[in-house]
Amino acid sequence: MATDILMPALSPTMEEGKLAKWLKKEGDAVKAGDVLAEIETDKATMEVEAIDEGVLAKILVPDGTENVAVNTPIAIIAEEGEDVSAAAASGGKGKPNGADGGAPAPTPDMDAEGMTEKPSATAKSGEDAPKATAAPAVITNKAPAPVMEEFPADSPMVTTTVREALRDAMAEEMRKDDKVFVMGEEVAEYQGAYKITQGLLQEFGARRVVDTPITEHGFAGIGVGAAFMGLKPIVEFMTFNFAMQAIDHIINSAAKTLYMSGGQLGCPIVFRGPNGAAARVGAQHSHDYAAWYSNVPGLKVIAPYTASDAKGLLKAAIRDPNPVIFLENEILYGQSFPVPQIEDLVLPIGKARIHRPGTDVTLVSFSIGMTYALKAAQILSEQGIEAEVIDLRTIRPMDSATVVESVKKTGRCVCVEEGFPQSGVGAEIVARLMVDAFDYLDAPVLRVTGKDVPMPYAANLEKLALPSVAEVVEAAKSVCYK
Amino acid sequence: MGAGSEAGKPATDTDAPQHRPAPNIPQFTRDEDLHAYREMLLIRRFEEKAGQLYGMGLIGGFCHLYIGQEAVVVGVQMAGEDGDQNITGYRDHGHMLACGMDAKGVMAELTGRRGGYSRGKGGSMHMFSREKQFFGGHGIVGAQVALGTGLAFADAYLKNGKVSFTYMGDGAANQGQVYESFNMAALWKLPVVYIVENNRYAMGTSVARASAQTDFSKRGLSFGIPGEQVDGMDVRTVREAAARAIQHARSGEGPYILEMQTYRYRGHSMSDPAKYRSKDEVSKMRDEHDPIEMVRKRLIEAHGVPEADLKGIDAKVREIVNESADFATHDAEPDPSELWTDILLEARA
Repeated sequence: MATDILMPALSPTMEEGKLAKWLKKEGDAVKAGDVLAEIETDKATMEVEAIDEGVLAKILVPDGTENVAVNTPIAIIAEEGEDVSAAAASGGKGKPNGADGGAPAPTPDMDAEGMTEKPSATAKSGEDAPKATAAPAVITNKAPAPVMEEFPADSPMVTTTVREALRDAMAEEMRKDDKVFVMGEEVAEYQGAYKITQGLLQEFGARRVVDTPITEHGFAGIGVGAAFMGLKPIVEFMTFNFAMQAIDHIINSAAKTLYMSGGQLGCPIVFRGPNGAAARVGAQHSHDYAAWYSNVPGLKVIAPYTASDAKGLLKAAIRDPNPVIFLENEILYGQSFPVPQIEDLVLPIGKARIHRPGTDVTLVSFSIGMTYALKAAQILSEQGIEAEVIDLRTIRPMDSATVVESVKKTGRCVCVEEGFPQSGVGAEIVARLMVDAFDYLDAPVLRVTGKDVPMPYAANLEKLALPSVAEVVEAAKSVCYK
Repeated sequence: MGAGSEAGKPATDTDAPQHRPAPNIPQFTRDEDLHAYREMLLIRRFEEKAGQLYGMGLIGGFCHLYIGQEAVVVGVQMAGEDGDQNITGYRDHGHMLACGMDAKGVMAELTGRRGGYSRGKGGSMHMFSREKQFFGGHGIVGAQVALGTGLAFADAYLKNGKVSFTYMGDGAANQGQVYESFNMAALWKLPVVYIVENNRYAMGTSVARASAQTDFSKRGLSFGIPGEQVDGMDVRTVREAAARAIQHARSGEGPYILEMQTYRYRGHSMSDPAKYRSKDEVSKMRDEHDPIEMVRKRLIEAHGVPEADLKGIDAKVREIVNESADFATHDAEPDPSELWTDILLEARA
């Protein structure tokens, strides 16, 4: 019986990749463990191994093919003694590899942190969308073009991933200022656990791109000490979950020293890395810390959604003389957005952006929460409700003026975030609106948040734990009394 | 842990460090001894005054006195050079004075006045001076070790030839981040001298009850960091060891650990009755190993300095301290508007 070799997933969230190279040719005998091919994503290269003996009967996807979907048959293996040409003729309809059938190719045994890929919001939000709507089933990799009033309308735009935008921001600032350096786990030789620092070691050398041991508490403190001396460290946490080991230095050393020194000792440092849920990584790797850090005077907290905001705000964060928490999102890393090709793209910290104008209800979100808000706005629009979607971009200082102005217009507001509900970012917005927009509100402000539970692992439970587009749509309709 | 080990090992500190005289005690010149005497006396008198002001309710919160440990910071300072950085934990008044910070500014910070080094917003544990390269004053036990290693990281990055003097107590030496810092400092050969001020009690817990390895000079062995135990009550041995350590660090050889065997006469903080040790233990140390008395004796007996001269120094030191107390009690509290300043720096355009 011929066996199909399927395109493997490098991670639970990978959807497609490139078939870089075949290492066996048709007719070659293979045995279990032989490397058949190499596949690539923009982050990693992986080898596809044979799991049974046989003969490579047919290659279905040639070298160099881009965008091969996961689970696409890429080759057929004939069993020993089987008629190779007959097996090949089965045309990819053979039994899938993994003799029991049905199961996708095993995920290669790699560190999940380094490997998660592509938006997982896809599956999560698509099925939640009300069936009656004509909304697309998935959020595509190309997010809708944001409103970008901060640039000249005729700025040339280049499609850029968030990952590239972050890297470009660091590289540009490092070129400008020798005091800027990046340190963290796997930032140099490995090129970044999520490939955010790709190429930096090659350009700037080991003095300025510093691999640290796995020692968050220690290197966060060293970064803060270096910042006290006037250097401008960018401290990468592989994820902000691990920054819990270092949070004492972030809060007690970085945020408070300027005040405690009567203004003598500033701390120009950026702590950055992915924050919040990725996909199927469980409770200890899925925490959204936006609300935590936003509680602390002495810190600035940024959580961008688009690539241009990621670039412009990271550059601003590096130049800022204060400690800045820069919360990225793993699922957004691979998403592409138009980024204006203008010299020195620096954006103001502490300014929200109206991503989509509307008149009927204000949706306020940030980071990956924007994907739910924007998708919901699209569905609402099809139902005759025009939502204004505000991307906070900076959580602290929070630009509540932009939110208040919008609510004065719409009279209604829904806050969307993946973080926990209690004392969350949405709770803060609600409190501010109570004070600053009370007379303009036509309905109670609602929050759509992650559920008040540690993040579960099981796919169905994880989906339930995160906010959904349907919840945002429902909340928006509810405040519109529809 | 717990009762078992306590029962097995009484807290009487039978294995307390012996203040044995080193075989070849380096000698100080007359001027060096005079300098050390004045510096240590200033710290002693300052701390005594701080204790008084605390008792009068003029100093609030926590106040950790350095009395008994003066030789450590004074000896290290005598071995350093301008531009070397200093950072320590919360028992920090002595370090500030030894760095040359003005006694008035330090005392006014203790009383929470606007003329304090942090304009009254830091307090006893949180004072800094960029000018004097004093980077605090840190209230989280052990945090200064990673921060001090970061100062050394910057020294190496900037290739400025300076060394970070990173102080910690025997209690802080058990914090995990100390070893994270040791690892990176050794890995990257950072110019840092770690000074463990072993005053034998982490708050009320004796070294023997808290430390599996009571020889702190060995705490860097697994990272290949050299270390030595030093009689921290003798300013001469302190300076000599510090000079060796600083030379090692400054020449690019990496970190060095000095365990300074010292003793604090007072409680951990002002509110500590120090019932975990006997009065005899304290008075024996004061009578036989007082760092200031040893220098005073030497000045008179070996250097032939007239008592009257020493009394003159005493009077000058008292004057400085009294002035600082006077300033600190009469200076105004911070303006209420200060509540809202120094939270963030303005970004430059």
